[in-house]
Amino acid sequence: MVKPLVKPKRKNPLKKTRQPLYPQAVRSRTAHGLTLAGAQGRFELQKCTECAHVFYPPRDACPKCLSPRVPFVPVDNRATLLAETSIHASTDPYFRERTPWRAGLSKLDCGPVVLSHLHEDVREGERVRLELKLDKGGAPVIIALPARDTEHMADDPQLREMTCDPKFRRVLITDGRTAVGQAMAKAFSDAGATLVFVGIADPWKPFPGQDALRAIPNVEIVPLDVTDTESVTEQAEQNGGRVDILVNTAEHVRSGGVMQRHGLTVAREEMDVRYFGLMRLAQAFGPGMRARGADGVNSATAFVNLLSVHALMNWPAYGAYSAAEAACLSAAQCLRAELRPGGVKVLNVFFGPIETEWFQTVPPPKVAPAALARSVVNALQRGLEDVFVGDIAEDVRARLAVNPKALERELGS
Amino acid sequence: MSARLAYDGVVACAPVTLPYRRYSVNSAHWWIGRALHDLTHAAGIRPQELDGLILSSFTLGADTAVGMTQHLGLSPRWLDHVPMGGASGVVALRRAARAVQCGDADLVACVAGDTNHVDSFRKTLSTFSRFAQDAVYPYGSGGANASFALITKNYMNLYGAKREDFGKLCVAQRDNALSIPFAMMKKPLTLDEYMDARPISDPLHLFDCVMPCAGAEALLVCREETAKALGLPAVRVLATIERHNAFPDDPIQYRGGWALDAGELWQMAGVTPDEVDVLETYDDYPVIVTMQFEDLGFCAKGEGPDFIRSHTFTADGSFPHNTSGGQLSAGQAGAAGGYLGLTEAMRQLIRKPIGKPIADAKLAAVSGFGMINYDRGLSSGAAVLARA
Repeated sequence: MVKPLVKPKRKNPLKKTRQPLYPQAVRSRTAHGLTLAGAQGRFELQKCTECAHVFYPPRDACPKCLSPRVPFVPVDNRATLLAETSIHASTDPYFRERTPWRAGLSKLDCGPVVLSHLHEDVREGERVRLELKLDKGGAPVIIALPARDTEHMADDPQLREMTCDPKFRRVLITDGRTAVGQAMAKAFSDAGATLVFVGIADPWKPFPGQDALRAIPNVEIVPLDVTDTESVTEQAEQNGGRVDILVNTAEHVRSGGVMQRHGLTVAREEMDVRYFGLMRLAQAFGPGMRARGADGVNSATAFVNLLSVHALMNWPAYGAYSAAEAACLSAAQCLRAELRPGGVKVLNVFFGPIETEWFQTVPPPKVAPAALARSVVNALQRGLEDVFVGDIAEDVRARLAVNPKALERELGS
Repeated sequence: MSARLAYDGVVACAPVTLPYRRYSVNSAHWWIGRALHDLTHAAGIRPQELDGLILSSFTLGADTAVGMTQHLGLSPRWLDHVPMGGASGVVALRRAARAVQCGDADLVACVAGDTNHVDSFRKTLSTFSRFAQDAVYPYGSGGANASFALITKNYMNLYGAKREDFGKLCVAQRDNALSIPFAMMKKPLTLDEYMDARPISDPLHLFDCVMPCAGAEALLVCREETAKALGLPAVRVLATIERHNAFPDDPIQYRGGWALDAGELWQMAGVTPDEVDVLETYDDYPVIVTMQFEDLGFCAKGEGPDFIRSHTFTADGSFPHNTSGGQLSAGQAGAAGGYLGLTEAMRQLIRKPIGKPIADAKLAAVSGFGMINYDRGLSSGAAVLARA
């Protein structure tokens, strides 16, 4: 059974910080079908369209009928672990410092035999669940988990390498004035975060919910204004070495499109809060997080962006807002590549209209701040890279996959 | 299936084994060039007289056999490149034998060579195949050790093999290697030392694993009268088999392609396994040796452990096996590992062994195995050879 994690002691500042390493991340183009599924938390393998044969590793032709039509589709992840080994000698520097490392061959009920990482609670001959995860290098890997959840399951060291579990980690929520920011603080505190820094611009100005916020265990209010480079830099100097998960909750929602707005004042403001805010945070906190990607139980692990799903397709009713969100999405993709060498994930959380005053005129369904916060924590616990929260976000994703041009017309009508 | 044509009038001669080295600053080109140099000297021919060349190597970089003809100044009229690792020797032999038999070439040099730089093993592992890159190397990067650990574990579960059984093979091979001057491992090995060795990837421990090294092996295939005219003692090729990706539906490999083709091998050779004086198997891990005992018909499937318990495997034992120490003790010189047993069997048959001789060896069997692409070795081959 997995031993529960022990809360890490205060770090000795004289000790060398372990440099981040990651397993080989090169994959064939076809194998990135696993990356896509793993990033969104689905278990998918290739299945032949012509003969329905399910197979693995990824191929460009069906090994039963040679059909080239072999898409990735969700498949049953139940399997039996046939043989296991503990690797004591590895040629890879990442694994060398983590041996013994367990790996094994499982036979899926749907056919293929899969070499995977092994959770501590699985044993040879037993039933297992295979899940796709992204490893420290952001590459897709499969891990065999026990058929049923076990106690302290998430604390397994091999599994924790592939997740961004907030337990015993320190979190920075960049804006605590918003309903989402406050819900986020509660959710991370509930998830076992050691410390939840909550940024407040101009802390002397009172704001609704501040008493409740202060009452949340492990919350520490800190001065932070994402529109002020000096403020962001100062906060990073103060606490940057203790930020393992950064959740950017700074928001700027105004209705209106591109042509109807007079002047650029609002647009500049929304770019300043959202796009430049993200850049300020990335520049001030990113390098430190990247360097602390292998720093023990409370290593730096994730940079979380909350993005309107309309970053993916403009919603003209909130057209300028959508454009700013799209800029943030693009920057997040860049940041993902920049943080990857440190084993730090960038989680993009896409949501539809939220239950706040700025979406007052928008009809339901809308996303409750608490639900959004729970989704973020859940996504980190599972180690995901892209999640869609709420019916609108799911709907946009589905329609985008079928016909982006149709979606563009529908959102614009 | 129609009966296969015998390799009448075709022989293999002039076995060359370059002394292995743990690490080499020389390139694979150097090793292959030197092996062919020694081969032409042994055969008493000029390099340009070679009109056929078949080559195997993992470390030639961008070069293929074609580029090597210019590098080495050869103008062969028959050329082949066999990227089949441990099956390279047997496969090269059977390709060359047919070329000579059909008159496509008269003097075919078969050669395999690889270098071993300090970091080349890790690089070879991580880029060995697309499946290795996508689905093996990221899982602990244990290399072949981890893959064969799982095959070994499964075999032990299925047939009750014990570590001691595998140890007996390794200890005997070490004994055989003691008379080979360039063997990587020259210290005597006891079963206790085998059992107490450090774990590499359970259930494999240190002495189950081969030592990567640099080296090259070569031999000449020609007509029997050509060998005679050159004054070269030779061996006849009685039969060969080759198979790739056999039994793809076995969840974990417990048998190799030999199990499909062994009947044909012995039928073509016109002999039975118990007539064989010496067996040279491909020994990347003793479990694969055990499978070869079974699948080639020296014992029944699942009886490998009992077979090991009831025999001795040194050159003077009841079942002489891997008489030059095999890769487990001599070292694994990349693709040349697929030739090690072949050149050793030839030398035993022509009475010019490097190490201990086998008394009156007339008939030898050689098998090859190679290319763990994902979860199992894909290529298998075997040949039966007789003193000419």
